[in-house]
Amino acid sequence: MAHVAEPAGAEALDAKSESRVWKKFRSHRSAMLGGVIVLFFVLLAILAPILPIPDPTATDWGAVRKAPSLAHPMGTDEIGRDVMSRLIWGARASLMAGVLSVAIALGIGVPLGIAAGYFGGWTDSVISRCTEALLAAPFLILAIALAAFLGPSLGNAMIAIGLSATPIFIRLTRGQVISVAAEDYVESANAIGLPTMKILSRYIFPNVLPPVLVQATLTVATAIIAEASLSFLGLGQQPPAPSWGSMLNTAKNFLNQAPWMALWPGIAIFLVVLGFNLLGDGLRDALDPRET
Amino acid sequence: MAETILEAVDLKKHFRSGGGLGRKASTVRAVDGVSLKVRQGETFAIVGESGCGKSTLARLLMRLLEPTEGDALFEGKSIAGLKGRELRELRREMQFVFQDPFSSLNPRMTVGKLIGEPLEVHAPSLSASDRRAKVAELLGRVGLRPEHADRYPHEFSGGQRQRIGIARALATGPRVLIGDEPVSALDVSVQAQVINRLHDLKDEFDLTLVIIAHDLAVIRHMSDRVAVMYLGQIVELGTADQVFETPRHPYTRALLSAVPEPVFGTARERIALNGETPSPANPPAGCRFHTRCPFARPDCATRVPELREIADGQSAACHYSEEITAEHGSGSHPEPPARTAGAERRFALYAQAIADRQA
Repeated sequence: MAHVAEPAGAEALDAKSESRVWKKFRSHRSAMLGGVIVLFFVLLAILAPILPIPDPTATDWGAVRKAPSLAHPMGTDEIGRDVMSRLIWGARASLMAGVLSVAIALGIGVPLGIAAGYFGGWTDSVISRCTEALLAAPFLILAIALAAFLGPSLGNAMIAIGLSATPIFIRLTRGQVISVAAEDYVESANAIGLPTMKILSRYIFPNVLPPVLVQATLTVATAIIAEASLSFLGLGQQPPAPSWGSMLNTAKNFLNQAPWMALWPGIAIFLVVLGFNLLGDGLRDALDPRET
Repeated sequence: MAETILEAVDLKKHFRSGGGLGRKASTVRAVDGVSLKVRQGETFAIVGESGCGKSTLARLLMRLLEPTEGDALFEGKSIAGLKGRELRELRREMQFVFQDPFSSLNPRMTVGKLIGEPLEVHAPSLSASDRRAKVAELLGRVGLRPEHADRYPHEFSGGQRQRIGIARALATGPRVLIGDEPVSALDVSVQAQVINRLHDLKDEFDLTLVIIAHDLAVIRHMSDRVAVMYLGQIVELGTADQVFETPRHPYTRALLSAVPEPVFGTARERIALNGETPSPANPPAGCRFHTRCPFARPDCATRVPELREIADGQSAACHYSEEITAEHGSGSHPEPPARTAGAERRFALYAQAIADRQA
């Protein structure tokens, strides 16, 4: 080896980095599948008002707990409401609860975690002790307490779930930051005199992001289910407006007589959670320049 | 004599380790009272075995670490209390090349961004296209091609990455370049390339080089003056020729006798040291080397030797340096050409590499 071999895959990487990430993401099959699933439910949620479906809150005493039929493709519930229509409208509450509460948790948890991990000292002590105190309370109990304190509504439920999920993100981010900050390349950023904010945004943040991203997609799933639990206690989506969680919770009383009432929202939650997980996996791979 | 550009004044760095509930913390004296002067335009080498504190010393000189005691002076100005703009000025003048080219480049930045970043910090008025042009020029200087700017570090070999690291260090036009074992993580054939490249760049950019290393052949080839470190202190300091030909400290003798001689029949008497290097958390009293020194005398265990001038421009921290030389000869390291046979082979390989590339 007189001269070192040419780096491989050069032509694919000559393009701008944004399009490189997109290209890699597109060629990632399972990520695209996840993206399609999530997009499908998002579209359903957005288009709910203009889709030709019955009013999700209209009751029909002549069609109580009817099995799926042409008139009601997914059957009806215990007071004759159309399950498909409720499922589509419920996508709004559930997706919002999942995505927004995780956004809240990320928005608070990642900066605090970075501050704790990078600056150390008393900053770390204060943040870490508070985090540990919050982690001592079980996730759901904390969410219920917060939601009860804030008052029953979907918005407050999302805030409660987001805040309850925050400590996990602080802890995860802090640990990642501590390991990344010990890398030589962070010292090299110091050596060229890069300002601290840029070290955090260019060196620390992108390198701690992958595990945080995966945790976030998993937490979307947890948050959707937590919203369901809060709805069940009357602290989340207020009846008669539908959410998948509240549908599941009423359905459990009729599992023998009307299994379809539980089946459809269950499948929907399963699919959305799967979609987010695949999406997160693919995003992590696409963001990593070392993976090809 | 050229002016002093970088100076260490009784630098100390102690790390606390362990400790906690009921356990006693120990203090590791990584660097324990080092004073040295680096002259403008020279190549200054710091050698020593692993754990002797040479990397810590390099980071203290760069102010990547805060000294526990003592100070480092750049052009006569203390760098200890620098903040904000003044610290940035220092960063422009002094740059660092890291040991491991695989961990010292941010994997999520392209080579162009990595090399352009120092420019962005120190020459913010430069337009994006000017910066790109400068990056392309720097890539050329270290023997890479301009189109490499769009690639990521993981696509390059170790030697190429180390040259990217050097380009990044040179981007701001520094006057002092500190290399922390800049070639020890590389293949032998690639080491010579990088060493020669550094040597050429030193002339082109009018640099002062401070090289930390443990490859004595490389040091002899490229450095003007050498400091030998043992357990956080300098035990010998002198020009490369002095240190290699007439070592004045027993540790230097032992170090030089350990250099493998690739040519049959030229083997010298080997000075084998006994025992382990003592822990820098608990260094021996008196002369730190007395526990392993083959020439140690009873009072070495109690009297601390000072670094004292023994010949013109050469000093050693040994009470009996002259007597040892008188009794055991100069302990010289005969070297007919300026390079060892091993180094000669490496440079032949490098010449071959250049010829192949041009062909």
